[in-house]
Amino acid sequence: MLIFFFMLAIIGSSLLAFHFGKKKALSLASGHRKSLHSLPEHYGFYLALYLSVPAAVVFFGWYLSEAAVLEWLLKTNLPEGALPTDPAQLSLFFNNVRDLNDLTLLQGKSAPALPFAVEYYQSLSRLSDLTLIVALIGFGSIGLTIGWRTLKPSLKARVKIETFVRCTLIISSVIAVLATVGIVLSLLFESLRFFQLVSPMEFLFGLEWSPQIALREDQVASTGKFGAIPLFAGTLLISFIAICIAAPVGLMAAIYMAEYASSRVRAFAKPLLEILAGIPTVVYGFFAALTVAPLFRDWAEQGGFQISSESALAAGVVMGVMIIPFVSSLSDDVITAVPRAMRDGSLGLGATQSETIRQVVIPAALPGIVGGLLLAISRAIGETMIVVMAAGLAANLTANPFEAVTTVTVQIVTLLIGDQEFDSAKTLAAFALGLVLFFVTLILNVIALRVVQKYREKYD
Amino acid sequence: MTDSRSHSETIKASLKRRNAAERRFRFYGMLAISFAVACLGILFFTILSKGISAFQQTYIQIDIHFDSEQIDPKKLADANYQGLVKKSLRGLFPEVKSRRDKKDLYKLVSSGASYELLDMVRKDPSLIGKNVSVWVTADDDVDMFAKGFIRRELPENERRISNKELSWIDKLQSEQRVKKIFNTTFFSAGDSREPELSGVWGAAVGSFFTLLVTLILAFPLGVAGAIYLEEFAPKNRLTDMIEVNINNLAAVPSIVFGLLGLAIFLNFLGMPRSAPLVGGVVLALMTLPTIIIAARAALKSVPQSIREAAVGLGASRNQVVFHHVLPLAMPGVLTGTIIGMARALGETAPLLMIGMVAFIVDIPGGITDPATALPVQIYLWADSPERAFVERTSAAVIVLVGFLMTMNVLAAVLRKKFERQW
Repeated sequence: MLIFFFMLAIIGSSLLAFHFGKKKALSLASGHRKSLHSLPEHYGFYLALYLSVPAAVVFFGWYLSEAAVLEWLLKTNLPEGALPTDPAQLSLFFNNVRDLNDLTLLQGKSAPALPFAVEYYQSLSRLSDLTLIVALIGFGSIGLTIGWRTLKPSLKARVKIETFVRCTLIISSVIAVLATVGIVLSLLFESLRFFQLVSPMEFLFGLEWSPQIALREDQVASTGKFGAIPLFAGTLLISFIAICIAAPVGLMAAIYMAEYASSRVRAFAKPLLEILAGIPTVVYGFFAALTVAPLFRDWAEQGGFQISSESALAAGVVMGVMIIPFVSSLSDDVITAVPRAMRDGSLGLGATQSETIRQVVIPAALPGIVGGLLLAISRAIGETMIVVMAAGLAANLTANPFEAVTTVTVQIVTLLIGDQEFDSAKTLAAFALGLVLFFVTLILNVIALRVVQKYREKYD
Repeated sequence: MTDSRSHSETIKASLKRRNAAERRFRFYGMLAISFAVACLGILFFTILSKGISAFQQTYIQIDIHFDSEQIDPKKLADANYQGLVKKSLRGLFPEVKSRRDKKDLYKLVSSGASYELLDMVRKDPSLIGKNVSVWVTADDDVDMFAKGFIRRELPENERRISNKELSWIDKLQSEQRVKKIFNTTFFSAGDSREPELSGVWGAAVGSFFTLLVTLILAFPLGVAGAIYLEEFAPKNRLTDMIEVNINNLAAVPSIVFGLLGLAIFLNFLGMPRSAPLVGGVVLALMTLPTIIIAARAALKSVPQSIREAAVGLGASRNQVVFHHVLPLAMPGVLTGTIIGMARALGETAPLLMIGMVAFIVDIPGGITDPATALPVQIYLWADSPERAFVERTSAAVIVLVGFLMTMNVLAAVLRKKFERQW
């Protein structure tokens, strides 16, 4: 809640600065508003920025570094043997120190240094709050003074503000690039550490995946099996099943909506498909695990054969349903983009509507449709929750949809949920899998976007 | 002449086949749409039929004597309320003697009943020393039985309630001591190991804080980025690169954003685990491209003449954008933002990576408290073996989908109301 209070304080004082800046500009101009270079509001903004930018920088710097600095101070100032040596114990200790605000609750806590540490921590954090307030006021008023001094009628306040705004805009648009850079760097960095333990060849082409063994025997990772081929195969199998459902259904739905449906049917069916697209994946996963998988198992039992209750089929079918609206809306767009004249030409030559669609519209829209399908495949490969909840954990290398398979995303989740040691090959493997996932989906997306764009240019 | 006749005859002869193909094709299209709509219907029906019962909860009436010897008004929390509940249950069924039977008997009432008594005494200390008849939460098995999910006809070893327990429940029911009323716990409690004491409020508050952070970060950054790319950016390789980058970022699997959050925010920057702050930042990065793309489309749809008119009247380029173009594009920008937020609300996978899957009982009070989110709560409950959690999970799904639908309807209304044809 402290953070909101400080933000409010900064915003409030900036508003005041705006008011006084505007007032000063007006009084300097003494009635001749034309002697001002910019509008009075610009001078107000100018002053407000001089106050709020340094204050905001100080505040967020403090906010991000406070915990680390306090911990460091605590570590250096406590007596040598007082702190637990084990890192997990240490972090627990610091959590205790942070969360205990009432010393009377302390009975029975193990570490002997705790009461002292708590007291020390509290005095430190009071000091830190005080420093923050002083620093905020200090930097804010230094900025304010500079702004106040430089505020003259001849000051090009509008130009300055517009430069500032322009810079903010540029920085904002670069953030998205930074996110990509961050993803690539973090994945690459952790994957490199993984590949120091396990050779890339073994990872990419190994046929056996059993990361648990490495953990249990507490040995170097080379004894664990990190061959990811079963995961890739499982991912492809489930995605293939999903596309087998989504491609025909989505495409036919799009054709019907674009070519046949009356506006009333469209008005009814389109929002329903959008709802299907808006349902969270965790709900699909719950549905797959709770309803679809047992249903398939019962059907199979009636038919006289066994299928796993975590079969690839159940996860794949539900995932297919999930991406139907994705395929249909993308295909709908490209089909409606095919020029009317092409249809009219075909119909005028005596073709029926379905012949026109099959022989003229679809071939013309094919690149766009293929692009859409590629995007759908990339979506299926990266989908997590459905497979986490409905597919299995055992890395079987099989093409049988009735057996349980596991996928890349399932393994990432199982490797990283729960307690993690950040140096074990087991957790690092998740990043290597993430790297593969990222690049595969990236390549699919780039190709798909290219194809769609080329196609658009053709008819625009 | 003969040639053309034979042509038209071949055409006539094939017409039947072609029309049949036409009808077939049309039928396939209808089939596809009906399949999709049927899937939606089945999904909704399953979830609703499984979850609707969770909005009710079974309560059992017991007579409690708030013994003034056992309850010290100064140390209310120290008294043995569990003992009071047990004593009252023994009073109701004096015939139960053996230790094992008594243990089973105590299990009719939820372990949360003692806290309910504590709350009562806290609110009204004058209760001490009095006899009061109290409605306490029933155990989840009793609840399931009262709702008809545990069938009496099953053989004893196949149901979670033994014949003895069945007879006790029957006796309570015949004395009108069992009732089902609206389940307030579900909307006010955090997570719990006991299904009857668990609720979605903790997760909802966690989701709220997470989305708050997401909105504060993603909305200004997204809109500002879109303004730059659409209104100011020169056409060069750099802006082309940014554009391609944003389009690709929009299609990166969500779990990869979770890996980013884990590696950079948790391990590198040392931000707290399980906190809505980190979850919000990760989801903000994820929704950023959605908002940028939507905002750019909205800005693009504002006609050039508006800009030219403003420039003609002497506005600077900033004034053109902020005084004229942006306000006109705002409905479209907001629609895109709401849709992005709805996606963020339903997102689970990245939150799993940054530790928002912990079992958290307390209601989070801020953006750095450990918290979970609604979809993660669904995932956690879906993993629990108790029958009663299936019902809770479905109910949580109803709540989540309800929120999402509201947001999407809001976006649609906004679009319809403010959409302008130029």
